[in-house]
Amino acid sequence: MKPLNDLNTGDYATIHAIDAEQSLHQRLLALGFRVGKKIELIRRASFNGPLHVRIGSTDVILRASEAQLIQISH
Amino acid sequence: MKRIALLGMPNTGKSTLFNRITGASARVGNWPGITVDLMSAKVLMGGHIVELIDLPGLYDLHGFSDDEQVVRHFLSNNEVDLLMIVLNSSQIDRQLSLALQIRNLGLPTVLLLNMQDEAKRSGITIDSASMAAKLNMPVLQISAKYGDGCPAALQKASQQLSVVNAKILPEEISRRLEAENQIEAEMQAIVKTTVQLPLKLADETTDKIDKVLLHPLLGLPLFFIAMFLLFQFIFTVGTPLQGGMAWLLGEFRTLALEPLLANLPTWLNGLLLDGIYNGISTVAAFVPIIILFFLVMTMVEDSGYLSRAAFLMDAFMAKLGLDGRGFVMMLMGFGCNVPALMGTRVMRSRGMRLLTMLTIPLSLCSARLQVFLFMIAALFTAKQAPWVMFALYMVSFGTIFLTAVLFKNQFQNKEPFILELPPYRFPTAMQIWLRGWQEVKYFLKRATKFIVFGVVMVWALTHYPTDVPPASMGTLAGQIGALFAPILNPLGIDTQLAIALIFGFVAKEIVVGSLAVIYGLQGDALMHHMALSLDWVQAMSFMLFTLIYTPCLSTIATLKSESKSSGFMWLSIIWSLALAWLVSFIFYQSARALGF
Ligand SMILES: Nc1nc2c(ncn2[C@@H]2O[C@H](COP(=O)(O)OP(=O)(O)OP(=O)(O)O)[C@@H](O)[C@H]2O)c(=O)[nH]1
Ligand SMILES: [Mg+2]
Repeated sequence: MKPLNDLNTGDYATIHAIDAEQSLHQRLLALGFRVGKKIELIRRASFNGPLHVRIGSTDVILRASEAQLIQISH
Repeated sequence: MKRIALLGMPNTGKSTLFNRITGASARVGNWPGITVDLMSAKVLMGGHIVELIDLPGLYDLHGFSDDEQVVRHFLSNNEVDLLMIVLNSSQIDRQLSLALQIRNLGLPTVLLLNMQDEAKRSGITIDSASMAAKLNMPVLQISAKYGDGCPAALQKASQQLSVVNAKILPEEISRRLEAENQIEAEMQAIVKTTVQLPLKLADETTDKIDKVLLHPLLGLPLFFIAMFLLFQFIFTVGTPLQGGMAWLLGEFRTLALEPLLANLPTWLNGLLLDGIYNGISTVAAFVPIIILFFLVMTMVEDSGYLSRAAFLMDAFMAKLGLDGRGFVMMLMGFGCNVPALMGTRVMRSRGMRLLTMLTIPLSLCSARLQVFLFMIAALFTAKQAPWVMFALYMVSFGTIFLTAVLFKNQFQNKEPFILELPPYRFPTAMQIWLRGWQEVKYFLKRATKFIVFGVVMVWALTHYPTDVPPASMGTLAGQIGALFAPILNPLGIDTQLAIALIFGFVAKEIVVGSLAVIYGLQGDALMHHMALSLDWVQAMSFMLFTLIYTPCLSTIATLKSESKSSGFMWLSIIWSLALAWLVSFIFYQSARALGF
């Protein structure tokens, strides 16, 4: 298990746990972040910018600090 | 009268559907959070008079941002006869959760699976009949943009209106909104049995375009190059249009108005022709360029590029205490600052919202664009023009960034940054046309309100008392100008320009109009006269001041209503005036010191 942040560009993983506070957790759920879902890291912005991930048919960008809260496993 | 509300997650096509049903022109754009306020219209639906309401998008019924509050507040305070839930079919596997939450409120609902066209293209099939049975509500597949399935959906909706339901009071809804509910498992079960998703879902065209536009090294340079080319385009196509329009309006004056009004008393003739007509027609000559500009803006907004801009700029914006969405609001502010200020409602923490709102009035809006196009056309060559314009946009960015850096400690926040990246879309000709028309209407509204007021005032001030030459030092305008001379002379801004600036406080459209009134000229003659009485350093200093000081009264009113704080409004006004003065002063004095 490791944070989403550590995923390599182009790799897939499965969401294992989400440790966000409630309002953020709800937003993540609404965007499709759910335990057991497959997630792919499409790209990272330069200068340590946001991550571009894909869950199902939804593309989402989020900062590394938020990605840190999402635990993934292979 | 019956009341129907459109509800759904952001960017699912609610406003598109609203426009289709009512013929209204609610703003549409490929960006989650375009609609942040209620919009309603009355339509006839199957024998019922219906008030249809377009709501802001919301992710779930327990959301905390200001735009989501608008929806909760609406549901808790208004009786609704029917909710039309709008979902994006391609994302049904996650968006169904909202439909389930709403079902639990117990209100009559119709579920519309929108963007059927896109879902079909990516190979998603949905068994809407069995989904309807499972959800116990009508489910229809539609495409709000192209119209497929919409008549059937409307028919269904009016049928539902005729079904008599036990009314649920808003207070009860409000109580149920608080209740927690377990819907995750149910959603998965329904999706599993009624939706067929292909193995690979990606939209390949979007992926290909993203490879270029979001390229780690090329992404940002491409953005700025595209921006520059856009100005080049607007200048090349727009300037002749503006010239032609000015000529037409001038001819109309000599051929029709002058003979017609020849018998009026001199002062009234002067007020009507040299005051109102010259003022308004000088501004009106810019309408074609403004339409052109908004057509481009519409395409950018509807393409889905805004979210990409947020992606590219977020790392930098984070250093300023803002995030990528703040950058997007600045880009929206290029059109008009008011909707951009309202667009910050998608932000949840107050610090982030206020800091973003403090920067938006510095974004170079289309009204200021008119002033610059006018000054640039008068004082610079066609070759220099796009560069000067580009430089002004860069100054706009610069002042925004500077403001954020200076104030970020006062408005600290820990707002998470998560944003959907929608697929690239292209607006239909109808969507582009509607938007262009909308802007013309908006312009005419402002013209009748602010610009007429402004030019009449300026005319009166420059013509009273009547025994001195118009606009000379002896007139009221001259005296007011003299009052401000100690502050504005060090910026190279003379009395005439000072008057234009003072009235520009109301709205920037007045600036160009009042220059026409002050000099008593129009069209080419006005530009020629400007070129003789100013040099480029003075013009630039004037433009810098115009760019940075408070954009208009509407912006000020919006700052106050959105922040709910007069203190914040004053901070914004005073800061922008101080910064405008400082930047113009430094520019003017150093240009002169360098011998220009
Ligand atoms: N392909 C396709 N695109 C659509 C359809 N309906 C809407 N769109 C596009 O989806 C985007 C969002 O549309 P809006 O009507 O602004 O969505 P909204 O639900 O009002 O969004 P918010 O106000 O942000 O909540 C726009 O680019 C529309 O042109 C559809 O049926 N098919
Ligand atoms: Mg909308």
